[in-house]
Amino acid sequence: MYFVQIIVNGILLGSVYALLGVGMTMIFGIVKLTNLAHGEFIVLGAYLATVLAPVLGVDPVVTLVITVPLMFLGGFLLQYFLIGRAMKKGNEPALLVTFGLSIILQDVMLMVFSADAQHIVASYSKSTVKLGSIEISVLHLVLFAISLISILSLTLFLRYTYIGRAIRATSDDSDAASLSGVNINKIYAVAMGIAMASAAVAGLCVGMKWTYYPSSGGSYLLIAFVVVVIGGMGSVPGTLAAGILFGLAQVIGGANYGLLISYVMLLIVLVVRPKGIFGK
Amino acid sequence: MSDALLSVEGVSVRYGDFSAAESVSFSIERGHIVSLIGLNGAGKTTIVNTVMGLHKPESGRIVFKGEDITSLSTEKIVSRGLSLVPQGGRCFNRMSVQDNLLMGSYPRTARKKAKQTLEHVYELFPVLEEMKKRPAGTLSGGQRQMVAIGRALMACPDCLIFDEISLGLSPAVIKDIYNRIIKINREEKTSILLIEQDTKRALGASDSFCVMLKGRVVLSGSSSEIDPETLKKAYFGI
Repeated sequence: MYFVQIIVNGILLGSVYALLGVGMTMIFGIVKLTNLAHGEFIVLGAYLATVLAPVLGVDPVVTLVITVPLMFLGGFLLQYFLIGRAMKKGNEPALLVTFGLSIILQDVMLMVFSADAQHIVASYSKSTVKLGSIEISVLHLVLFAISLISILSLTLFLRYTYIGRAIRATSDDSDAASLSGVNINKIYAVAMGIAMASAAVAGLCVGMKWTYYPSSGGSYLLIAFVVVVIGGMGSVPGTLAAGILFGLAQVIGGANYGLLISYVMLLIVLVVRPKGIFGK
Repeated sequence: MSDALLSVEGVSVRYGDFSAAESVSFSIERGHIVSLIGLNGAGKTTIVNTVMGLHKPESGRIVFKGEDITSLSTEKIVSRGLSLVPQGGRCFNRMSVQDNLLMGSYPRTARKKAKQTLEHVYELFPVLEEMKKRPAGTLSGGQRQMVAIGRALMACPDCLIFDEISLGLSPAVIKDIYNRIIKINREEKTSILLIEQDTKRALGASDSFCVMLKGRVVLSGSSSEIDPETLKKAYFGI
């Protein structure tokens, strides 16, 4: 039963890791850019939820109604007016812009929220439910549901809407997409908007699960990198699978060996299947 | 020029110091097929890419349906009713055949008619309906070319440009595709610009032609009245 408990915990936790990688994989796969500010976007999402929940007097999850569209808009404008312009001069200037953004965001969050550790508390944070002999944290179930709904919605959006199809087409061949009438710069901006919106959701989840500080972005970025590379750049289902693998590694390896197992997994994938498990 | 659907007027294009096209002029009337023929490196694709807004000309202008489209972006040009079937039938390899076709109806003007146009494309290319769920990357060269034509048709264009459609295809497939191009022109009154190296095939399908050599139009006229010897000299520059 202990083994089943570990597997269940690993899967539930893994969905949160997958969420950390979703925004990263969108930008990697579509804009072909490494967004070094993605970790800070996640932390920003966590702070927004922390501030809004008590102000509005609602459950932290409800704050997503505000943070998701807000972060989407921020990402869209950021890509359209700043990163997109840098990309016209090459990938390196754009990479430097995201690096600069990560530093600026970190410092702004430090000034506004101080270096103190923060944590988002919900009424069910410490509750558990029993399923037979397995005990499951309600918080883990909520985070799992949030992650699954987010990833499923994104997958359906990409598969069945005109903009979703345009995003996939741009990721495949941007010139051919342009010849189909797609405004590539707007599609890149939408992709960045989705990445930031997913960071808002990921931020809420990590804030509810762990403590965070303005400087936590680096470690989230690293996890996102690992998940995206294992899953396959640009693949949302791949990110989910890799996130669950990463989660299982953390639960099985614990605090001492969890990260080590994940990095060994990363090395194996890089050697055996460099494009990632779902990479094409 | 007044009846022209598309006019290319004195267009010159440079890549750094290299002049890829110089004072190129030609026009396409409504419902007509025009072939732009020439050797490799003659500047045909440069002109087509410039018409589609992928390159900006150094001088000259491009007029489509009476509007100067020289400075418009590619997506705006497509939404005005100009579509290109690019060289090698560039498909979205990871997407299904049907999704590739639906991408063609991305311009808002084409979305309302997407379902109807899709049925029409499947009538024109029944093999695509049989393969609609297959990733485009798994198709043969000829099938990919059909997907590219279908995708361009999904935009409900007034003018279709085919860039070296016969490149790398077997003679039987080329013949089949050419028959369908003529059918599209006759049934839908879509104007067509054919970019070709195969003079015989292009002249056989078109109403008029232009020969390009080293970035310039060196000969033009009616496809049915051209003297083969004059054409040969212009084509090879001898």
